[in-house]
Amino acid sequence: MLFDSEIFQITILSLQVSTIATLISLLIGLPFGTWLALGNFRGRSFLLSIVNTGMALPPVVVGLVVAMTLWRSGPLGGLRLIYTPIAIIIAQTIISAPVVMGLTAAALEALDPRLQQQLLGLGASRSQMIWMLWREARLPLLAALMAGFGSVISEVGASMMVGGNIRGQTRVLTTAIVLETSKGEFGNALALSALLLILTYLINLALTVIQQRGHKK
Amino acid sequence: MSDFIIIRDLLIQRNGRDALSINSLIIRRGETLAIVGPNGAGKSTLLLALANLIKPVRGEILFHGKSISQMNDLEYRRKLSFVFQDPLLMDMSVQDNIALGLKFRGTQKDEIRKRVDRWSKAMGAESLLGRRAGQLSGGEAQRVSLARAFVLDPELLLMDEPFSAVDPPTRAQLLKDLSSLLSHDHRTTIIVTHNLKEAAQIGNRVVVIINGELKQVGAPKEIKEKPADKSVKEFLKEF
Repeated sequence: MLFDSEIFQITILSLQVSTIATLISLLIGLPFGTWLALGNFRGRSFLLSIVNTGMALPPVVVGLVVAMTLWRSGPLGGLRLIYTPIAIIIAQTIISAPVVMGLTAAALEALDPRLQQQLLGLGASRSQMIWMLWREARLPLLAALMAGFGSVISEVGASMMVGGNIRGQTRVLTTAIVLETSKGEFGNALALSALLLILTYLINLALTVIQQRGHKK
Repeated sequence: MSDFIIIRDLLIQRNGRDALSINSLIIRRGETLAIVGPNGAGKSTLLLALANLIKPVRGEILFHGKSISQMNDLEYRRKLSFVFQDPLLMDMSVQDNIALGLKFRGTQKDEIRKRVDRWSKAMGAESLLGRRAGQLSGGEAQRVSLARAFVLDPELLLMDEPFSAVDPPTRAQLLKDLSSLLSHDHRTTIIVTHNLKEAAQIGNRVVVIINGELKQVGAPKEIKEKPADKSVKEFLKEF
């Protein structure tokens, strides 16, 4: 039986870890994706293929690697992060960053390549040019953010493996759904699933409204 | 008119091939230089090199006697303005588009408003200021693009076939407006076209580039009457 306070705590933790992981992914993915899109260097296609493969990274594989790294006997075991929300954030960032990165690169590559020269020809500094390109590609970039968030709020494998699904500490909506299902508590599992869907919808609705407002401007 | 830009022994490669080679070219302050030649001749490459947007493998371009490769890149680029074949406007209002380069330079708001008003009027784009760039016709968009370049009051104006993407009547009107403006403005302008008639209408001097080589420089009449070689003669036959 789940109590309201427990559901509230699980929901807040889910939102916290996935939002933080998405924001970190944005901090990594936006500049790196931009560098990949605008750069002209040897190995660029290879790096892009790695990032694109990363977009389909199986969460259980990420969970396994992060768990091995953070395990007490692992290379970062001394940090004592395994089975903590930080471990889930690390795993979710690894899942979400390539999504943001790959879609950022695709969004910027879709712009007219002469736009860079035009902006430089009008006296833009390198950072002003990049800012204007982000502005021009703001709709697909927001879609990249939505996809990044979607990839982590809904994943279960990595959160289970590195978080341990500990009640009151690392239990998030998806791992709680798995647990309730394994106990045969389908009513609880369905209620949590509905909550997860509603939350995901509301966040995406907010981002879509922002996106469409930008489109109409 | 004094020497403003000097090009010496220039070689530019693109995709591993020689795209443009110029032994010597002097551009005088205040002149309008029209660059003509067939498609793929290297005309646009010259403009990009003058804007320091592509680097030569050999030779140098001197601006006021100083090699542009030795100058601060941003400082140099802020002395010029570039108009491309397509208007390449940003997804924002016409007013913001025209003001874009001034904002890059950190110009004060009052000054921006004054200059945008002045140049939108000069380009016949004042009625478009409140519209979004995406709502403009090709001709309107190119007027905005020209206003965006002139508003910067550049020492050097570079234009790469600015009217080739618009319909013939609009093109004729834009060309007329631009030549009238340039004849009063005396701004050093380099305009690429593949149409010799347009070049004669707008340029004080014409440069002919064929197959990546500078073939001839001179007054439009001189080039028509005394083509430097067979390739120039062949190119002129089209007109």
